[in-house]
Amino acid sequence: MIERMTVHNLYIFDRNGSCLHYSEWNRKKQAGISKEEEFKLMYGMLFSIRSFISKMSPLDMKDGFLAFQTSRYKLHYYETPTGIKLVLNTDLGVPNCRDTLQQIYSTLYVEYIVRNPLCVLGESLQSDLFSSKLDSFIRALPFFSVRAA
Amino acid sequence: MAIFSVYVVNKAGGLIYQYDNYVPRTEVEKTFSFPLDLVLKIYDEKLVVSFGQRDGIRVGHAVLSINGVDVNGKYTAEGKDILEYLKDPANYPVSIKFGRPRLTSNEKLMLASMFHSLFAIGSQLSPEVGSSGIEMLETDVFKLHCFQTLTGIKFIVLADPRQSGIDALLRKIYEIYSDFALKNPFYSLEMPIRCELFDQNLKSALEIAEKAGTFGPGS
Repeated sequence: MIERMTVHNLYIFDRNGSCLHYSEWNRKKQAGISKEEEFKLMYGMLFSIRSFISKMSPLDMKDGFLAFQTSRYKLHYYETPTGIKLVLNTDLGVPNCRDTLQQIYSTLYVEYIVRNPLCVLGESLQSDLFSSKLDSFIRALPFFSVRAA
Repeated sequence: MAIFSVYVVNKAGGLIYQYDNYVPRTEVEKTFSFPLDLVLKIYDEKLVVSFGQRDGIRVGHAVLSINGVDVNGKYTAEGKDILEYLKDPANYPVSIKFGRPRLTSNEKLMLASMFHSLFAIGSQLSPEVGSSGIEMLETDVFKLHCFQTLTGIKFIVLADPRQSGIDALLRKIYEIYSDFALKNPFYSLEMPIRCELFDQNLKSALEIAEKAGTFGPGS
């Protein structure tokens, strides 16, 4: 099987666990539960991983949890000091996405959400501008190549 | 390069074997005068630093000993509450040793079953069909590698992020498990592994993996 490079989906959570934004590009399998449930499950998993790792680690950590991978996908994680969590699922061949996630936070989230007085922080993001900017940002990533077919 | 520890989890999520190969000691001893410039709090029956990092003492470090005498959880060796002890200016200057708290066997059991469910959720939330559970989990100071056998046993290895040859090591541990735990007539399935030959072979496999990084076929 040839190694493909794609981006599956992206979740943005706030520090209280509510899902601020979700978008997907090449997702082949749905979780089989409602989106609300899926967000809760995803956040719960991340929360547990963070606590798991902080106990398991033999040394003091700086960045903490970075990514995990299964046989079919890789989950990249980035958390800001304010507790905003960005989760990007990609193919296995994609290298560390920390900079990409950081860029999504600093050039998209901060620019179009935090600086928009109409966006209430802590609620699901309604801004169309943010969504379209995010979509074009992800589509322009070097590892976003969808199969030609 | 280092391999930190090995866990074996049965298909129900129970920890049946654990071995710490290398535990880096991060301990700092320092003499303090009154009042203490760290904020301490009780967490899990231990006294840990909740605020104020200095001189290598980090948030999350636990109090290990006071004036050279090891403490017993949140109590001093004499059975006094440490927080009360540290409130009394008459006890200063005091020398306190801090370090990362060691995992108790109960905590290890808990973490193993926690990973068991994280593994399952990782596969359920997959955007691709036919995904396994978490095979590799990455942090800035260690990587956790997990290999699940067809029979549902999970072999978990915690290693330095730069350590190579972990996949071969996991399969080697599976081989050692089949040879020395399963073929032991006194071993009952799914129960903790208490078998000297398993221990010995595991230790030498870890040594080889740390040095060379790879196993040849049939080694």
